[in-house]
Amino acid sequence: MQPPVRPRVGLFVTCLVDLFRPSVGFAAVKLLEDAGCEVSVPSQTCCGQPAFNAGDRAAARDLALQVMDAFANVDYVVAPSGSCGGMMVKHFPELFADDPRLSARARAFAARTHELVSFLVDVMKVERVSASFPRKATYHDSCSGLRELEVAAQPRKLLGTVTGLELAPLKDADVCCGFGGAFAVKYGDISDAIVSEKTNNVEDTGAHTLLAGDLGCLMNMAGKLARRGSSIEVRHVAEVLAGMTDAPPIGAPGKKPA
Amino acid sequence: MTLHATSPAFRENAREALADQQLQKALGNVRTNVVARRAVAAGRLPEFEALRDQARDIRNHVLAHLDVYLEMYERNVIAAGGHVHWARTADEACRIIIDIARAREARSVVKGKSMVSEEIGLNAALERAGVAAVETDLGEYIIQLRGETPSHIIMPAVHLNREDVEAEFRRAHTHLPAERNLDEPESLLAEARAELRAKFLAAEVGVTGANFLVAQTGTSIIVTNEGNGDLSQILPKVHVVVASIEKIAPTLEDASALMRVLARSATGQDMSVYTTLSTGPRRAGDPDGPEEYHVVLVDNGRSNMLGTSFQDMLRCIRCGACMNHCPVYHAVGGHAYGWVYPGPMGAVLTPSLIGVDKAGHLPNASTFCGRCESVCPVRIPLPKLMRNWREREFERHLAPAVTRGGLRFWAFFARRPALYRAATSLAMRALAFLGRDKGRFASLPFASGWTQHRDMPAPQGSTFQAQWKKRKR
Repeated sequence: MQPPVRPRVGLFVTCLVDLFRPSVGFAAVKLLEDAGCEVSVPSQTCCGQPAFNAGDRAAARDLALQVMDAFANVDYVVAPSGSCGGMMVKHFPELFADDPRLSARARAFAARTHELVSFLVDVMKVERVSASFPRKATYHDSCSGLRELEVAAQPRKLLGTVTGLELAPLKDADVCCGFGGAFAVKYGDISDAIVSEKTNNVEDTGAHTLLAGDLGCLMNMAGKLARRGSSIEVRHVAEVLAGMTDAPPIGAPGKKPA
Repeated sequence: MTLHATSPAFRENAREALADQQLQKALGNVRTNVVARRAVAAGRLPEFEALRDQARDIRNHVLAHLDVYLEMYERNVIAAGGHVHWARTADEACRIIIDIARAREARSVVKGKSMVSEEIGLNAALERAGVAAVETDLGEYIIQLRGETPSHIIMPAVHLNREDVEAEFRRAHTHLPAERNLDEPESLLAEARAELRAKFLAAEVGVTGANFLVAQTGTSIIVTNEGNGDLSQILPKVHVVVASIEKIAPTLEDASALMRVLARSATGQDMSVYTTLSTGPRRAGDPDGPEEYHVVLVDNGRSNMLGTSFQDMLRCIRCGACMNHCPVYHAVGGHAYGWVYPGPMGAVLTPSLIGVDKAGHLPNASTFCGRCESVCPVRIPLPKLMRNWREREFERHLAPAVTRGGLRFWAFFARRPALYRAATSLAMRALAFLGRDKGRFASLPFASGWTQHRDMPAPQGSTFQAQWKKRKR
């Protein structure tokens, strides 16, 4: 399907970006506007994934309906997250499978919902970005984006057009970082073992910056790297693609006023 | 009696496993080698993804018509001169096998590798009945010496290193010279082989599992890499196949389609070294084979899964790919799961068979990374089924009160966007202020589960929605 000339995109900013790292949201807005989209930000809270994964289907359905209502009047729904994207694309239809009317609505909603970077490449046919990041970076594939939405080639393609950026391959880039939402807290020591393995691999790349497309994974890995005293900086891939890297990296202190 | 479960103590089991350096060293092999071998094997076969679809469809067809195929299988076993026994429970299955052994006045039973025999606690039941059970698969033999259960469904001793095995052999095989060289895996194998040969020849009964039961011909099929299964079923006078009811493949053609994905998914082999078919007892003129042939079909809770969302789990062909690719299994190994079946398939199957009240941790101890589903040869939606268990736990109020309370508190705000925006805007600004110096927190009172292991990045300040509103004004 050809996108409209100037598609109306509703940014589903995700609760973590909304609360912890608004700069990712603004980077997403810039990337979408540069690609020719008209961006709006409907009133929103959460896609409902925490409730869904905790087994609370009633709350998950309420929140899914709330999202579908809020984003009823846009051509596309775009999220800077494969996790929330996967929830809306794969699991909203599953949530309403027993209700023919809502299920049709959820499927139609899913069909116009995308993860940010794959939307830019696959739908808006973005070939390159105008950004510069003269650093060695490595990229972690967040699980939901990779396996539910097949986000893998798109970020690498666009990162390849960032001036000065050297992308070092990450061993086991497709293996989970150990975040898993509530898992990271409920089974903290298992999560710790998994993220330790991940950060070992990240350190082995010799990269200056670690990138990924999901803030949950990024906060987990950044938190672990910081705890280990690593100097590796951690950022959402959208910040680099948008050339908006003024904000301090995730978990790093702000620049002291001179 | 079904094997005793320590699944309720999953957390403690996991903590011990994480601190066990020998175990962690052994698990490194799964993390790297096994994963790589499967990837190569799958990649070499252009039709591999199509074969997975076919395998899924065959298994679904079987489960939709399980009654018909089981009866067809039974008829064909009987026609070939064999006996079929139906066991509703683990106890019934053990009793049937003990009765068969007693009828032959058997003093020892040799066993091929069989997970369902672990599930029904067969070895312990035989010992109680005065019959020695001898595991003949090398991995099973090793863990039997150590008094352990398998930590993996196809590599039962994967939690051990070569030096652990050497130490065990030197302890157990005291009649052999102490100066013997056990430095190489080959010499360990030769040692086990020498021990087992006499036991094969002495046993009156051989017990094997089955990878597939072919309805069309009444044949049971086992795949092994050691040939021990063949000896277990050919040398003794009586061969007992113990298999769970879902193992049916309608035809030999179907079984071969399933085998094309089985070994590739399991070990990265195109085929296992030995594929052994057995149909009834030795016929007149056969050069070898048992005098008696029995099949014990075990339900033990599986028929309760039919017609529920967990029916999908019964497609499982026990390749172990899900655990081989699971970061949680990689971290804690198989014993932590506390019952027979570990990893993602165990996290779905165990609550079905022993109850979610006992096995409730297992479907929760997953990041839902989906790597298991992405390699499952019969495309079982493992994360979805784990989530289904979480839903049952939620409905039955089995989830901890803290979790439920936290979820309710969060959902209250998430359902009210205006209130949510106001509350989070305030909270994030406060949190950002507290974390302004370091940009992160080394400890947070309400997130100690997080900050025990890693720092918590501080928020930037105002929420995105608050800033966006200002910008648009």
